[in-house]
Order: sequence, then C-alpha cells, then structure tokens
Amino acid sequence: MNQTDPFRLVVVSAGVSDPSSTRLLADRLTQRVVAAAGERDRATTVTVIDLRELLPELPAALSTQLLGPRFERAVEALSQADGVIAAAPVYKAGASGLFTSFFQVLDNDLLIGRPVALAATAGTARHALVVDEEMRSLFAYLRALPVPTSLFASTEDWADDALNSRIDRAAHELVLLMESGFARAVREQSWKRYQHSYGSDAGRELEIDTDTDLMRLAAGGSMVDVDDAFDPRAS
Amino acid sequence: MQFGLMSVSDITRDPVSGTTPSEAERIKAIVTIAKHAEDVGLDVFAIGEHHNPPFFSSSPTTLLAHIAAMTERLIVTTSTTLITTNDPVRIAEEYAMLQHLSDGRMDLMLGRGNTAPVYPWFGQDIRQGLHLALENYNLLHRLWREDVVDWEGKFRTPLQGFTSTPRPLDDVAPFVWHGSIRTPEIAEQAAYYGNGYFANNIFWPKEHYRRLIDYYRRRFEHYGHGTQKQAIVGLGGQAFIAKNSQEAHAQFRPYFDEAPVYGNGPTMEEFESSTPLSVGSPQEVIDKTLTFQETFGDYQRQLFLMDHAGLPLKTVLEQLDLLGGEVVPVLRKELEARRDPESPSNPPSHADLIKAKYGDEAPRQPAPNANRGDNVTGGSPYQDSEAGITAYPAP
Repeated sequence: MNQTDPFRLVVVSAGVSDPSSTRLLADRLTQRVVAAAGERDRATTVTVIDLRELLPELPAALSTQLLGPRFERAVEALSQADGVIAAAPVYKAGASGLFTSFFQVLDNDLLIGRPVALAATAGTARHALVVDEEMRSLFAYLRALPVPTSLFASTEDWADDALNSRIDRAAHELVLLMESGFARAVREQSWKRYQHSYGSDAGRELEIDTDTDLMRLAAGGSMVDVDDAFDPRAS
Repeated sequence: MQFGLMSVSDITRDPVSGTTPSEAERIKAIVTIAKHAEDVGLDVFAIGEHHNPPFFSSSPTTLLAHIAAMTERLIVTTSTTLITTNDPVRIAEEYAMLQHLSDGRMDLMLGRGNTAPVYPWFGQDIRQGLHLALENYNLLHRLWREDVVDWEGKFRTPLQGFTSTPRPLDDVAPFVWHGSIRTPEIAEQAAYYGNGYFANNIFWPKEHYRRLIDYYRRRFEHYGHGTQKQAIVGLGGQAFIAKNSQEAHAQFRPYFDEAPVYGNGPTMEEFESSTPLSVGSPQEVIDKTLTFQETFGDYQRQLFLMDHAGLPLKTVLEQLDLLGGEVVPVLRKELEARRDPESPSNPPSHADLIKAKYGDEAPRQPAPNANRGDNVTGGSPYQDSEAGITAYPAP
C-alpha cells in the first residue's frame, strides 16, 4: 500500500433490527474514521458486512466449515482490510451469538496484526464491560490489534456528548494504526513467527516449509537423538 | 482406472423407516454390498476403521479377508487404517496375512483418524498424532522390506532382531496409500516412499486439495520415483443416483438432512454446489466426477461413499447397479480417453510390484529355518538369507 492509496476499512455489524442501534454506532464511528483520514489527506473505501445477511449461511459454516458465497465475500473483504470496525449488540451479558459465531468461523490467521475498533450497544449500562472483557479477548486470540478506546453505548449514552468524544478518540486511534502500516509490516517481516496451519489465512497460507523436524521425519528421518559416538547407529 | 466403494461403517438410523439396523445386520449387509460391488463391475472395496459406536469396523482385516474369499477380482483396501493408534508391528503382520489370503488382491490406506478419544484408548496422545503417523509408517515400511529389523523410535518399544511374520506375499510389500486433506507432511511422506496419495474429497475447498496433490506430485518426482504425471493419486467422492435429478433429490433428501456428517447444516443444494457430492441422474454424476480430473489431473482410483447415513441395503444395492451399470462404464471410457499417455491407468497391482522387483525372475518365497530357540535375535531366520543385521537410522 502506498502512502496515498485509500484506506480499506471494513465494518462488521451484528445488529439485527432495522434501524439498528449497533449499526448506528458503527456508522458514526465509520464517519469519524473517514473524516479523520480525510484530515490527513487520505481517502477511505468502506465495506460494510451486515452479519444479518449472512444468517442463512451460518448453519453450514458452523457445522461443516463450509463457507457460502456471502461468507466468502466477507472473508475476502477482511483479507484486504487495513482496519476493521467490529460492532455487536450485547444480549444476556455477552456479545451476540451472531457476532461471536462469525468470528469463530473465520480462519485464525485472517486478522493477524490488523487494527480493530470495538463497539457494543446494550439496553443497560450494566453490560458496559462486555466490550473490554469479552470482545477484546476474542480479538486477542485472533492476534488482531484492538485500539485502546472501546465504544459502548447503552440507552442513556445516546444523549450524552461524552459518547461523541469517545467515538472521535477511537476513530483517531484507528486511523493512526492504519497509517502506521503495522499489519502489513507484520505480514512482510515477521509472518513466520506466528503459528499457522496449512490453508489458514483464507486459503492463502499455502507455502510448505520442508526444513522442519516433521518434514525430516516424513522423509524417513528419526526423532531419536543419537549422540553416543560409539553407538553403531551414529555413523 | 479403478472405481470402487469406500465405507465408513456407520450404523445409522434410517430416517424414512425409523429403524436402526443391528450390528449383526449391518455387518452382513456390508459383505453383501462388497460382493455386489464386484458383480456390477467395480474394482475396489474399502472399509474404514473405528473403535466406537455407531461404527462396526474395528477389525478391518477380518472383514476384508472374508470379502476377498467370497470374491474373484475385487481389490480390498481400507479408508483408512489408523497409523497413529495401531502398533505398526500389528499392521505389518495383519495386512501381510491379508495379502497372502487374498492372493495379493489388497492394498491399504493409512490415515490419522479424526476421533480424539481413540488416542487415549490405545495409550496415545492426540497432540503427537502427526509424529506418530510419520514415525509409525517409517517402521512399517521397513518391517515389510527387511527380514530382521533393529529399530528405535520415540513412541514404540524398541525392536531388536525382530521379524514380522508372515513375510509379505512373494516378498513384495503391499502397496500403500497415504490419506490426507490438509497435512503437507503426509503428502511428503507419500512422495518420499513413492507411495500413493489419497484425498477423501468429501469436503472442499478443492483449492487446498489441489495444492497438496500438486505438492505430492512434485515431491514424487523430486525423490526420483518418476514424473509428476506418474505419481499415484486417488480420490473419494459421494453420489446418489436415480433415473432423473428430481427423483434423486427426493429419495436422498431425508438421508442427507439427517446424515451424521452434515445433517442439520447446509442444504443439500448448497452442499452439491460447493463440494464433490453429486445427486442426480447418471449423466449428472458422470459430469461432476469428470470435473475431478479437470481439477486434480489424471488419477488412478476413484472411490465413492454410497452406503452411509442409514440408507437401507436395498437402496444401496440399487445405487451400485446404477453406478456400475451406467456411470462407471462411461467414466472409464471418458477418463482413459483424456488420460495423458505418461500417466498410469491404475495403481500398481501385486503383479506389477512383482514385476518391478524381480523382472522375469521367480519371486522369493521365504521359508524359515527350524526354530532353534534363539532366533529372536541375530541373523535372518530364513533359509535363503545370510545372517546380518540392519541398523537404524540407516548410515
């Protein structure tokens, strides 16, 4: 990516009503990200993945890892993302099942190093820590890079200007991280330091390294160390 | 080109009749199915290995020896034999015995298995599954090729002066396939030894399979066993055939919807469009199967899963009639017409392996020396061999 290419921002929203307050929060954050990037003379292309539209393909994805065409498009968008906004409604003290299921189906390697702004909405302020205690750990597992400021909006927050300032802060953090090129640098310089499995990273992790102990074992080698010079096997 | 069946040996409730066959009924049925496979002109019958209900096939060599005795041409094989939790010594012994009793009409396919609790039942650790598979095969390979083996590895008790009996038929090791869909190390091992490589081809993404199969072909050539086109590739697949597409869908849908592997997940139509499953007329199944060759290149063995998900015996036998009568003859002709002359039509048979090892000479027929009380150590216990010990790792 050149310093002048537009940022590719992917917005994942798990809101299911229409209009949805989760989508509304994601949209407000998106607008601030686009504006903040614009202030730095960078354009932004935005792709929105409305998880509700993936619902028909979810049973197959969960039961057989078989991704339908809508899932494939979502994965393709995320694999190109410079930054991600991930927004979920909180139901019964947890991020919604749709939101969690979507990220559980994705390849482990897909989001490595990518900056993610987390956002959650709820009907009560008592759910406030879900975003930092639960959603953040999901992205830690995926080795993504959640920005420091998480967004949470319960009913009363929508009338509070403090929400706007937090949205603004999170947007600024996301833009700075996208601008830093961290995810790309990880991919180019230290990708091999992460554990990968064959075909992970949306089918892109397909390079085969023959210089490993397992590959030597596959080619008739042994796992037994022969370090006794008088052992007849040590010739 | 060989065509055949692969069974996972599941005993599943028939969702239409509501009845579940007993183990006794299903075991008798599988013998009938295997015999019928030969009657309709199929070449191969493969059985899986499981050690938990609702499966019956814990002892594949017993079943396959019985089937071999009741058939004339059918090649019996496995899909797969667990190279992780079985002692490679027992595999060497049991499958050599099967090779003798079937007059060489057998081979076997090795796999890691996908049932986690099986490992502790046999004293193993699933986290070591791949290490076990690779090391165990390295030993199995030698047990069939050397009369006397000294060996030490990480998992199994070391062997000193061990002879696996009986020696393979005509002293030619059975042909081995390595089954894998996502593990480059297994493809590497298949290539290193010049063995066959099998992709079960039940789920895709086919891009993964294609890459692994291509990798296996390249490494097969790298290790000097022949060209990439000469590498031996097998594929699975599954089909349900009826006179027309509509009838096939109507008949198969209740079984698909409740099938143990994918039931209650994707719709049958979704599964057809994104995996190798074909449900339809003979021509539709032919067309879909031909795409395998287009994707993966010329290959030597095609196995179909046809007796699963509670399908009653009568239906399975009708499926075989359609497969053998209308689908396979066309596929044989079509795939041979497309085949690159460099690519072999079949995996090596026992006769091919004899020819490769002995040329026109008569094969070795090992006869043991008399039991001298100490032939558990030392040189070869066979009359035609010099005493000698082979070391491991080989110098």
